Amino acid sequence: MPGAAERPLSPHLQIYRPMLTMMMSIVHRITGVALYFGTLLPVIWLLAAASSPEAFATVNGLLGSWIGLIILFGYSWALIHHALGGVRHFVWDFGHGFGPQAREFMAKATLGGSVLLTVLLWIVIAVVKG
Amino acid sequence: MSNRSSPPSRSPSSASMRTPRRKVAGLGSARSGTGHFWLQRVTALANIILVIIALPIVISMAGGGQEAVLSTLRHPLAALVLLLLLVSMTFHMRIGMQVVIEDYVHSEGTKVLALIGNTFFTIAVGAAGAFAILKISFGG
Repeated sequence: MPGAAERPLSPHLQIYRPMLTMMMSIVHRITGVALYFGTLLPVIWLLAAASSPEAFATVNGLLGSWIGLIILFGYSWALIHHALGGVRHFVWDFGHGFGPQAREFMAKATLGGSVLLTVLLWIVIAVVKG
Repeated sequence: MSNRSSPPSRSPSSASMRTPRRKVAGLGSARSGTGHFWLQRVTALANIILVIIALPIVISMAGGGQEAVLSTLRHPLAALVLLLLLVSMTFHMRIGMQVVIEDYVHSEGTKVLALIGNTFFTIAVGAAGAFAILKISFGG
């Protein structure tokens, strides 16, 4: 590029030993992309409800099947994990949590919290819905 | 001689890192500034608040057949919460996916196509969901 100095290139992913914080960053992006397409699930469900009883029965039946419930379980985990990851980013935005202990703790809390809250959510759903 | 508006001397290496054209444009590869960074945070905050409010609404709609969905969404507040969540979510989705595309798609043509596809997808998903919510809420 004319007028620019030779830019240094940073080493890429494979050069680093995998660390929890690094994995959490990657998982945050993967869950974000998964949720991007996962938004189709509730939207198709709502569209079916707005269309006809037959359409709703089909979509609702698919989502209520074992495979559908596993996908919804994964979707809910991705949503909670990405949300907690977002809270972590808010903490960083305010200038906190960059220390070795703090960032390691937040990574573990996000991972543990997301699994815990997802299981809790589905226990609540099971209790409420019988 | 006054020393007004004399720029602080910068080290040559940091000054020459940017092309003259970039200095004029002042924009990165996204062709925009910090607007997206800020909007990503604002929609993230809205998403968290709205998901928490929407959770009991969605749970009450789920598993109860079509009538449960219709009767819940006829309540204006329930429809409004889901509508706001959908709008906030699709904005968040669009700029989030834009970052992913800009990070991984390096060929200019494919990148532009992917960015257009991203816009089309998120607006279509948002419009379809909003239409469904409003149609049900208005009693259609």
